[in-house]
Amino acid sequence: MIETADQIFVLLLHWLVSFLPASWQPVASAVLCAAVIVCLFPALFALTVWLERKGLGRMQNRLGPNRVGPFGLLQPIADGIKSLTKEDIVPFSADAAVHFLAPIVLVVTVFMGFAVLPMGRNMVLVDLDAGLLFYFAMGASTELAVFMAGWSSRNKYSLLGAMRAVAQMISYEVVLLLSSVVVVMITGSLSLTRIVEAQSHYSWGLPHWYIFTPWGLAGFVMYAIAATAETNRSPFDLPEGESELVAGYHTEYSGFKFALFFLGEYVAMFSISGLGTTLFLGGWSAPFSFLTWVPSWIWFFSKLMLSIFVFIWLRGTLPRLRQDQLMNFAWKFVLPMCLLNLLVTGLWRFLGDGWLRWVICSAILLLAYAGIALGEQRRKHIGPRSYRYAE
Amino acid sequence: MSLVFYLLAALTVAGGLAAMLLKNTVHCALALTVAFAGLALLYLDLDAQFAGFAQLLVYVGAVAILVVFAILLTKGSETPKDGVFSHTWLAGLAVAAAVFAVLAWSILQSVSRLPQAAKAPTVTVQQIGVALISRYVLPLEIVAVLLTVALIGAVIVAMHEKEGGAQ
Amino acid sequence: MTPLAGYLLVAALLFSIGLAGALTRRNAILVLIGIELMLNAANLNLIAFWRYGPHPEALTGMMFAIFSIAVAAAEAAVGLGLVISIHRHAHTTDLNLMNRMKG
Repeated sequence: MIETADQIFVLLLHWLVSFLPASWQPVASAVLCAAVIVCLFPALFALTVWLERKGLGRMQNRLGPNRVGPFGLLQPIADGIKSLTKEDIVPFSADAAVHFLAPIVLVVTVFMGFAVLPMGRNMVLVDLDAGLLFYFAMGASTELAVFMAGWSSRNKYSLLGAMRAVAQMISYEVVLLLSSVVVVMITGSLSLTRIVEAQSHYSWGLPHWYIFTPWGLAGFVMYAIAATAETNRSPFDLPEGESELVAGYHTEYSGFKFALFFLGEYVAMFSISGLGTTLFLGGWSAPFSFLTWVPSWIWFFSKLMLSIFVFIWLRGTLPRLRQDQLMNFAWKFVLPMCLLNLLVTGLWRFLGDGWLRWVICSAILLLAYAGIALGEQRRKHIGPRSYRYAE
Repeated sequence: MSLVFYLLAALTVAGGLAAMLLKNTVHCALALTVAFAGLALLYLDLDAQFAGFAQLLVYVGAVAILVVFAILLTKGSETPKDGVFSHTWLAGLAVAAAVFAVLAWSILQSVSRLPQAAKAPTVTVQQIGVALISRYVLPLEIVAVLLTVALIGAVIVAMHEKEGGAQ
Repeated sequence: MTPLAGYLLVAALLFSIGLAGALTRRNAILVLIGIELMLNAANLNLIAFWRYGPHPEALTGMMFAIFSIAVAAAEAAVGLGLVISIHRHAHTTDLNLMNRMKG
């Protein structure tokens, strides 16, 4: 019974595909899985748009949309109808071919990343041996779509936004890759299913998730920072900040193409949260050993939505970083910490099992972080924060 | 010779041709990216998954962006008024055609002596990793030093010089 | 025509297209693009011979291609840095105009 609930989608797939002749079955099963992914994540995107507007509203002490449907739940549908029926304006001097292709390239490369994410036990579209490498290859291709959008609009603000976005994405791509390499070092495989399986063991009821190790926690924090920067989310949203650059690289897009960019950004958030969940939070494994009866896909999507909620929370809380602050942060602070994390992970493996490696690895990471942070603060003469309230 | 191979080969060659023939430099760079992607898919068709994904990651994700940045930094997106080909274009074309003729002749002559279709090798990433550390460790270390030197060198070469000379 | 011959012909074609571009275009960056095409064509040759060669389990061809990708990326970075530096000095990237050593 528990087994059936866990594998219900896999069994459903096998049953649906069994109606076809045997030579067509692999292709049909792949096409069906891809269709499900392409339908499910935009639906989740609609939910997330509502969640973001309500959540941000509440954090900013206002209500958020509440007119369209109960609690504003039909607001995404209203937004969708608006985007689809708006006039599609292409500037006269814009490069028509590249302008048209940019959102398509973005959406295609963003959706390709889902092919290797394990969304439940046995629920991976393609179980690649080099799955993580494939994911990062697709992520690297999205930068080109951003550049294409900004350049083809022949608009100075668009080009500026695109250049900033590409510079930011390239810097944090390095951080993303290095913070994921520690997971590969300990697991010994680039395959995402093996990484999740390595984390789904329990000792004394607690799981072996990599976030519960010193190097895993450091890696997860750096991965989260890099993920926020890769998807151009606040506090790294200078490329698309409304008060800075009109709308950055998607200024000259309206109607359905803008909806595609919007969709691409949120689906990229899902994709990168899914990867973070797989690498550090144990993917589809349950948090405690007495909870393994809950289906695996429920755990994966819960962790995914939790990460999305943290993204929204960050957006409502932190101010925007300036471009040079952002790049300094990446190259001068996060990257050295990533390299140190690599060293610490090697030390973890080398020291063997026991309490000693916990103490040594945590000590090295904490001392390095405190040292660098205090050093930077002393140079900037930052004092304690003072508040001024409106009277 | 499967349909997939013909399609990918056509895509790659079209991308290469467009990269060398178009007037707008940024369009050339984007066509080059299409050629890189086509080549990555050809590697996947040849069961070299690691090489294919590495090609996508390095070339499409980094070299293409580098080329595009260089074009924008050197104002290369403005087309020159007297044509995009140099005045010795006929000689260059003749040389390239001669090179292709020699290569194609040698390939077609030796078709019968070339190895026939073999069973696809199963290469795991672990095998590649072990090979990199055991048999190819010297090239690995040399490439690491080379990349570091190239990084530092490119930054120094392209950096703005300080006003009034180096201090 | 065996599959291997097909891949080799595609590689030869790409190589000669890259060579033609590197020899005929005026913009320095397009010459570098031509060089990148030539390097990629050589990589395709390497992988094709690895796949259809006698000992694919020795991984030699694939390793060679991977190192070639890394080195070509480094070379592209340095080459483009040089082009940017020359542009800053001569205010042009037109190779027809850069025919004197004075500067």
